[in-house]
Amino acid sequence: MSDSEDVLATAAGWRAAGETVALATVVETWGSSPRPAGSRLAVSASGKLAGSVSGGCIEGAVADVAKQTMQTGTPQLLDFGISDERAWEVGLACGGKLKVFVEKLS
Amino acid sequence: MTPEVLATLQAAQAAKRPVALLTRLSDGEQCLWPDKALPGALADAAQAALRDDAAQNVTLDGEAWFVHPHNPPLRMIVVGAVHIAQALVPMSQTVGFAVTVVDPRRAWATADRFPGIALIHEWTDDAMVALAPDSRTAVVTLTHDPKLDDPALDVALKSEAFYIGALGSRRTHAKRIARLAELGHAEAVMGRIHAPVGLNIAAVTAPEIALSILAEVIAARRGAALGAPRAAAPTAAAA
Repeated sequence: MSDSEDVLATAAGWRAAGETVALATVVETWGSSPRPAGSRLAVSASGKLAGSVSGGCIEGAVADVAKQTMQTGTPQLLDFGISDERAWEVGLACGGKLKVFVEKLS
Repeated sequence: MTPEVLATLQAAQAAKRPVALLTRLSDGEQCLWPDKALPGALADAAQAALRDDAAQNVTLDGEAWFVHPHNPPLRMIVVGAVHIAQALVPMSQTVGFAVTVVDPRRAWATADRFPGIALIHEWTDDAMVALAPDSRTAVVTLTHDPKLDDPALDVALKSEAFYIGALGSRRTHAKRIARLAELGHAEAVMGRIHAPVGLNIAAVTAPEIALSILAEVIAARRGAALGAPRAAAPTAAAA
């Protein structure tokens, strides 16, 4: 979809400007998740954000993981859902479940 | 994502070629379709994802892969560089459409009125044939002038455009249907034309009408059951 492509272009622009960038992508959803698989969130080392992977519930937690991934270069697959203690911590109020893949733009 | 994968993906997008990004979720290994070296199961999943415009998860040799389609943008062809078009064009771009405006009347279709937009000044049937609407194209006629709208609709009805809308009242549309029938279009085919154009939100101003049209285009794209009541929200007790 065009919105995830815009996020990719934004991320590529940051990368080209010399920033360290990580990209988070929704890979699977169950129940009432607001953003479909393929939705993207780009995060830069300086703290810039573009796009979304939820209605705003988990972006903060994903951005934290993105910063780790920027340092290690190792991709991560994150699970958020009502069965996960962490989902309550980060406030997945929609009651949905989703998986988010986080990778560094090398 | 390696710089090579990113560059190839962006080049395909710039060239408006469909491309799918495949990611092995265990370690982030990535490849792109089309690529002859891709295993058949992944190539099949890539093509299915592009066809359905929906991401897929597939398992190959015990490994989970995420298949992410990147289709070229949907297109919208707006016939008539009128006031409503001036509102509809930027709204549609925001939603992600690649928009082209067709109007042989050069006084209307100007870069001043449509900054940065592809403008075509050919007669509407020639322009439509050249643009070749497909199943990822919406066509909206707004001139309200049969000699401009009818030839465009004639071409649109012979295409697979996923949405065809025509400005004009029920009375105007009834006359239009009679003229298009003379061109050989069957009643069932002419039923594809959304007219009066747009969802009925009692729109009055040009931007309001544009919004009603764009909402109807999206509903057609997503297969919305228009007019169906929303499912009742679960009660607190049930939840």
